[in-house]
Amino acid sequence: MNLRFTLNGKPWQVDCEPQETLAEVLRNTLNLNGTKVSCEVQVCGACTVLVDGVPVSACTYLAYEARGKSVTTIEGLEKPDGTLHPLQQAFIDEFAFQCGYCTPGMIMSAKALLDENPQPTRDEIIHYMDGNICRCTGYVPIVAAIQRASEVMSKETKK
Amino acid sequence: MSAEKKTDFHVVNHSLPRRDGRVKVTGKAQYVADLRLIGMAYAKVLRSTYAHAKIISIDKSRAEARPGVYCVVTGYDLEGLSPYYGHAVKDHPLLAIDKVRYAGEPVAAVVAVDERTAFEALEFIDVKYEELKAVFTPAEALAEDAPLLHERQFEAGALRGFEGEVSAGKGTNICQTHKIQWGDVDKAFKEAAAVVEGNYYFPMTYAYAMEPYVAVAEVNDQDVTIYSSAQHPFMVRHDLKSVFNLPVSSVRLIVPFVGGGYGSKSYTKIEPLVAACSWKAKRPVKLQLTVEEAMLTTRSDDAYTWMRTAADANGKIIARQAKIVMNTGAYAENSPLVVEKSTNRCVGPYAIPNVLIENSSLYTNTVPASSYRGFGCAQVTLPGESQIDELAAKIGKDPYEFRLANAAKPGEEFFPGMRPFDGTLKQDLETAAKAIGWGKPLPKGHGRTVACSGSDAGAYPLTSTAIRVHADGSVTIMTGSTELGQGSHTVLPQIAAEELGIPFEKVRVVSSDTAITPYDRSTGASRTTTLMGTAVLEASREAIQQMVVMAADVLKVKIEQVRVVRGGVRCGEAQLKWSEVISKFYALPDGEVIGRAYIRKSGKFSALPVFWETAATGVEISVDEETGKITMEKLATVGDVGLAINPALAEGQDIGAATMGMGIGLFEELVYEGSQLVNGSILDYRLPRFSDLPKEVELHLVQNQDGVGPYGAKGGGEASLNSMAANIANAVDRAVGVRIRQAPLTPERIWRAMKEKRDKG
Ligand code: FES
Ligand code: FES
Repeated sequence: MNLRFTLNGKPWQVDCEPQETLAEVLRNTLNLNGTKVSCEVQVCGACTVLVDGVPVSACTYLAYEARGKSVTTIEGLEKPDGTLHPLQQAFIDEFAFQCGYCTPGMIMSAKALLDENPQPTRDEIIHYMDGNICRCTGYVPIVAAIQRASEVMSKETKK
Repeated sequence: MSAEKKTDFHVVNHSLPRRDGRVKVTGKAQYVADLRLIGMAYAKVLRSTYAHAKIISIDKSRAEARPGVYCVVTGYDLEGLSPYYGHAVKDHPLLAIDKVRYAGEPVAAVVAVDERTAFEALEFIDVKYEELKAVFTPAEALAEDAPLLHERQFEAGALRGFEGEVSAGKGTNICQTHKIQWGDVDKAFKEAAAVVEGNYYFPMTYAYAMEPYVAVAEVNDQDVTIYSSAQHPFMVRHDLKSVFNLPVSSVRLIVPFVGGGYGSKSYTKIEPLVAACSWKAKRPVKLQLTVEEAMLTTRSDDAYTWMRTAADANGKIIARQAKIVMNTGAYAENSPLVVEKSTNRCVGPYAIPNVLIENSSLYTNTVPASSYRGFGCAQVTLPGESQIDELAAKIGKDPYEFRLANAAKPGEEFFPGMRPFDGTLKQDLETAAKAIGWGKPLPKGHGRTVACSGSDAGAYPLTSTAIRVHADGSVTIMTGSTELGQGSHTVLPQIAAEELGIPFEKVRVVSSDTAITPYDRSTGASRTTTLMGTAVLEASREAIQQMVVMAADVLKVKIEQVRVVRGGVRCGEAQLKWSEVISKFYALPDGEVIGRAYIRKSGKFSALPVFWETAATGVEISVDEETGKITMEKLATVGDVGLAINPALAEGQDIGAATMGMGIGLFEELVYEGSQLVNGSILDYRLPRFSDLPKEVELHLVQNQDGVGPYGAKGGGEASLNSMAANIANAVDRAVGVRIRQAPLTPERIWRAMKEKRDKG
């Protein structure tokens, strides 16, 4: 099957099998290994990418469903000049990861949250992020990182 | 026995950002799951559906005939290899041979062009079994008419990590026994003013490293190369060398970033199997397990403990006795060491004059148990710390005061033959109590408790490293310690930068490639900062000594005239940075100096444990009286780490560990029904999520520089897990007056206990 879609802002075209998941196409065909796969059953959120701005689990989302849509992965967040997205920077500043396996999916979910709700409360963060599991950090620094990124981003938009 | 006390740190003891931060937040960090080699094939595993059965025959011809399949490997195709491995007991075949011992055991592997082809071929392998009677619990395994899991005696592994005999294979299902004893327990219990006694159960748990087991093997006629998500590459190398009968130098283990370990990636797992696949298929092979398969690979030992503890009229603990029976599953793995450690850890961290602890682990037809964060300690801290509260209540003391009065004191030799205690429990407990508001009034249905843990770290001192100082003054650390997320790639550079007086950013770590990095026994038991950290410190100093000699040569002065200053040397008016020393010595702006260090069980590391891993935790919970559901109101962790090389990372270890412990206290448990794991999927195994976050969390460190590691550091990252289940059980008792002696404390268990209490009136 021929799949045309927008990937991290650029038009893209690949061949894929009807049963192939978006995670498989990203990782195996397009060599974008930033999207991690863990549970494969939509429980852990490690594979989260954005499709037209909405977070989806790439482990179960069929690749052809992305046709004509815009997909954003962790590789699409860093600016070409190397500047990190405020969420990425906040995850570093708050030590919001250890092994890093949940991190790309965590950051993509958090991005969707902040895009939708730029100044979430602690409870809103917890509620929105509940579909992402992290086994290392106990979540405490991740909440702090999302709060910090939210502050940085709201200052930036005010500028 | 504290190390030198230095306080004016430039780099160490600062929460510098992680050295692996940028690659991890941009998705560029490479894990074995991301690896592809040219010509690589993929393997999938056929697993036993029986818990215990003889293999009558395996017909693989239909599977092997399928397009895209290179070969199918079974236990009958391993001639030329020594297929049994195990660092403690060589009881584990890389594929089932003659019989299967648990449902889920690998029976055959298909190697094919891609994963899907390999997977589809599995159902074309015909295995004929003759079912045998199976045992699932230690009690069944001990029964007179119990079937034997292992019929023959095994070789004890040379690297088992303890000095005692291995008990396995002596005509019973006993895998390992251990006993400690001092004083006169019977007399003490007779004379006691108060005694508490009870039976406790600690469940099987699953570590869920988010990166499931994965390895890529490339085996050719001479050499074996394996990329694996293994915590201890050198231990795995040893097993592989034995399986393939090769010299050590022919086996190379490479470990890139690891997606979580928590003990579950300790020791050898799928590496012998994937290597055998590559050997048969004559090409590189990748094997990546699913999470369901990972759950069929390793779990923690569940433990049945009977314990009693006695106090005298003055509130002094005078005796403790326990009998522990652990369920080790089908193969020994690291459970013999877990048995020894859990035996010891029944005592600590209290000074008890009369002790008798007997422990045994049993082979059963279940998933093999092995290391799990805390290493047998959580299993016995549930009874141990529960009984401290129960006993305090019985003699009418405040449990916090009771702990303070009985906790081992700094420098006290509370465990005969072991290193004197190197923690400060009084300060740890005070800090935890203060953080959760000890003594303040609580609403009805709330309970507040503190608990502690001090365990004899399993860290065995055998570690080496090389520090390469380059001609531009930058440094490469060569270390066999694996970056699992704990932060070794950050902490080790901090130590080298501190010693060499160079910027932290100029230090890079190359880790865990057994062909390149010097030997390190393992990355586990919270050992890296203490042991590898010391090695990095000593190697940096050795490099400095070499550079002093080089500077004397360059400056044409006597060695004694050269003085070390921060980042270089001085001699009279002349001052040279390390980069200048090296460049001038070689007369080229290139070249290097290699500093080395070897750590062994001698000098300050001769007494074991290398350190007592110590922490206190405090919780406040509330219990919904109608449903029995617990809400975590507050959580405080206090890591007694000597000195935190990077405080933010040390605190991160504590909250991560405490959250795992909270998961076990509240809901984590692998459940067997008959031969099958009924919740062997991440859909059914409940893990802590964002919504389980305690409403308030406080993280504290106690830093008295009392460890033997660099600048007085010692290990952390397990101890906050150990006390959590007990803490929750104690808090439930204080909140609603029911004593639950089993983890997890599910709403149903609490509700039933409350109902029973009401019914009794
Ligand atoms: S891998 Fe997709 S949700 Fe877990
Ligand atoms: S950082 Fe390891 S799972 Fe989140």
